Amino acid sequence: MADTPRLELIGITKAYPGVIANNNVSLKIMPGEIHALLGENGAGKSTLVKFIYGVQKADAGRVLWEGQEVQIASPNAARKLGVGMVFQHFSLFDAMTVEENIALGISPELTKGDLSGRIREVSLQYGLPLDPSRYVHTLSVGERQRIEVVRCLLQDPRLLIMDEPTSVLTPQEVDELFKTLRRLSEEGVSILYISHKLEEIKSLCHTATIMRMGEVVAECTPENETARSMAEMMMGADLVSPERTGRKVDGAIKLELRDLNVVSTHQHGTDLKDINLTVRAGEVLGVAGIAGNGQRELMEVLTGEVSCENPTAVLVDGIAAGRMDPNERRAAGVGLVPEERLGHGAVPDMSLWENAFLSAATRMNLTKNGFIQVAASTEFAEKVVEEFRVKTPGVTHFATSLSGGNLQKFIVGREIMQGPGVIVVLQPTWGVDAGSAAAIRQALINMAAEGAAVLAVSQDLEELFEISDRIAVICEGRMSEARLAENVTVEEIGLLMAGIGLEGEPAHAG
Amino acid sequence: MLVRLEQRPEASKSMIYVSPLIAVVLTVLTAMVMFALLGVYPVKAIETFFIEPVSSLDGLAELLVKATPLVLIGVGLSLGFQANVWNIGAEGQLVIGALAGGGLALAFFDQQSIFLVPAMLVCGVLGGMAWAAIPAWLKTRYNTNEILTSLMLTYVGLLVLSYLVHGPWKDPQGMNFPESRLFHDSALLPILIDETRLNVGALIALFVVVLGWILISRHIIGFQIKVIGMAPMAASFAGFKEKRLIWLTLLISGGCAGLAGVIELSGAIGQIVPSISPGYGFTAIIVAFLGRLHPVGVLFAGLLMALTYLGGDSAQITMNLPNAVTGVFQGMLLFFLLASDVLIKYRVRFGAPKINTEAAE
Repeated sequence: MADTPRLELIGITKAYPGVIANNNVSLKIMPGEIHALLGENGAGKSTLVKFIYGVQKADAGRVLWEGQEVQIASPNAARKLGVGMVFQHFSLFDAMTVEENIALGISPELTKGDLSGRIREVSLQYGLPLDPSRYVHTLSVGERQRIEVVRCLLQDPRLLIMDEPTSVLTPQEVDELFKTLRRLSEEGVSILYISHKLEEIKSLCHTATIMRMGEVVAECTPENETARSMAEMMMGADLVSPERTGRKVDGAIKLELRDLNVVSTHQHGTDLKDINLTVRAGEVLGVAGIAGNGQRELMEVLTGEVSCENPTAVLVDGIAAGRMDPNERRAAGVGLVPEERLGHGAVPDMSLWENAFLSAATRMNLTKNGFIQVAASTEFAEKVVEEFRVKTPGVTHFATSLSGGNLQKFIVGREIMQGPGVIVVLQPTWGVDAGSAAAIRQALINMAAEGAAVLAVSQDLEELFEISDRIAVICEGRMSEARLAENVTVEEIGLLMAGIGLEGEPAHAG
Repeated sequence: MLVRLEQRPEASKSMIYVSPLIAVVLTVLTAMVMFALLGVYPVKAIETFFIEPVSSLDGLAELLVKATPLVLIGVGLSLGFQANVWNIGAEGQLVIGALAGGGLALAFFDQQSIFLVPAMLVCGVLGGMAWAAIPAWLKTRYNTNEILTSLMLTYVGLLVLSYLVHGPWKDPQGMNFPESRLFHDSALLPILIDETRLNVGALIALFVVVLGWILISRHIIGFQIKVIGMAPMAASFAGFKEKRLIWLTLLISGGCAGLAGVIELSGAIGQIVPSISPGYGFTAIIVAFLGRLHPVGVLFAGLLMALTYLGGDSAQITMNLPNAVTGVFQGMLLFFLLASDVLIKYRVRFGAPKINTEAAE
């Protein structure tokens, strides 16, 4: 029996208008195997997974489940076969308890009897501590993920699909999750693990299938590879690590936050509490933290979309900027890159030159008596495209027509080309392909080298360690003291992210 | 054979302009079927409806007179609609604007001055703006829904008109008819072609179209309007003030409606009567959408809509068709327009989806 794969895909092909998302993809997952599915954004991983989970139909190809040919018509059919899936974005109701949420997501037969007892049992058995009567809004992101995992486990899955499960976890939580996954694997559950975090894959997965542009380009045993070699297979090109000259953390203070307190304007948002921070000329300050700990609120205060009561809570070059609107801040020399590319950093259905005008109008003098200087705006947009190697047929094309990586390069480039003294970037390379990510990181480092102050807020610790001179951690709206990147370890940052203070520092945990 | 709708990789720019034409053609075809069912010779009916009204100089002039308020209001509304500010109360703003301008004409009914007409136009604009300022203030201050407030204010405006023509502004020598005095000559807009009602108002509408075009395509305010409509978060990221744009778009659309009202009064009617407009303020909503929320599109859409008014009258008179034909035409036009707009984002494909067949086995 052990020779029969749990799941075998043969020649899966799926085309969307203009793109082939999957081209003749074949994949074999053995019982008890932890199988990594690796690839850049847009490589076709999600399409393939949607197909396995019955969300989407393929144009061609066959599926064998334990040797039998099957048709997976719907997620229900997938669940009946024994496929469970933990999505990257949770579908949980904040105002309901853990038990109610689980009951909503499983087949009705399973909700009968002592559901909370079974939840406790499963969560104990697999080291996923969870109280069925807690309300979801009181739980951390890691705990919420456990709900999704337990929900799957209650249905006795034989194949568990996990889509980027660690992007919202602290390093310690990741270790816990891996223990659970290894245990499941020993019990014979197959796991399809989707990620682009190579170190994780190396430590967890037995085999890896690497996809690029809709095709399987390699299969490997992660143990025998280096993170670098896998990245290169993923990109199909040599990976360039960012280069940097010596660190400089003693420049003049360009951006300062002083006792910043802000009440969140969002539902279930995080209030910012007593934040103090300085970013100096010539340095990159990284802010780590799990999503939802105040990053969005911090960014809104920095962009000026939300204004502070106290004008001196935000100082740019020593000038009180707390009440400045985004345009006044740009005029004062602040470059801003928000998290959402489409709809926040750029208008999806506007051309690139119009999107260049959007944020550069003030600083680059792209208006005259209130009229748009089209020629000058176009020229500026073209310069950005050229300088940052944005792949596009021309600046009259819509922002939506660009891939995530290209659009992010354009947005970051648009801010950098305005020559700001301070640049604030939220999630600089979130959902961006490895090649573009490397280029963006390099650009930020270069900016700092040229004397600008760079503040980068990111969930990606690898990235922060790569680019930052100093690292601070935001947790529940409080900011830890920034420490020199070389004097701090991933574990220490992880503890701070989880809200556990380091020795000698007051604990910030709420 | 399979017919499918397939999503386009990028919205089709040409379809944005072709779609209204498709809608017009489909409307005409369907109308012919409808006429045939009503027992009227279809080609003759279409001719009566679309050709006859504009086959004389007088007819053409009348078309422009009817199109003037539609275009004026349509341009104003389209700016607001692009910013997701839904002013549905242009009819009320038209009435109040007309009353403001007309009131001035009545106040100076016995005096001659070349400044009277310009002053009336200004009063009309201010009147419409004042009426639109109420929903603007309520929305920016209390976050009320401008669709409801502007619509309700329309009925208030109509009652104000009714009160004035039945009461204080009634013509003292008017045999108790609910009408004001006839305006003095110097309170009337200059006529462009003798023996017709075509007046300077048409030129003003054309000027507003050009102004609107420049504003939306080249001016920073137009840019802000577009961005706030398409991506509100990007607008706040860029530092555009939403409240200011709500005020601005409501004042512009109210001002345009008020201007249309005073032009209708002093150009086409010549006194204040209980019913100043046959629903121009509401029809202009269709005009704005049919014209793709673009001033030049609105110009053509306004002419077309004006033609359905005239065609309805003409079909009623010469072919004994019910007046409801006008409404049916306007409804069908909007219906087919919305249907053909699907083609902007989708294209029609025949046959099964194409795939890489060598990968199948």
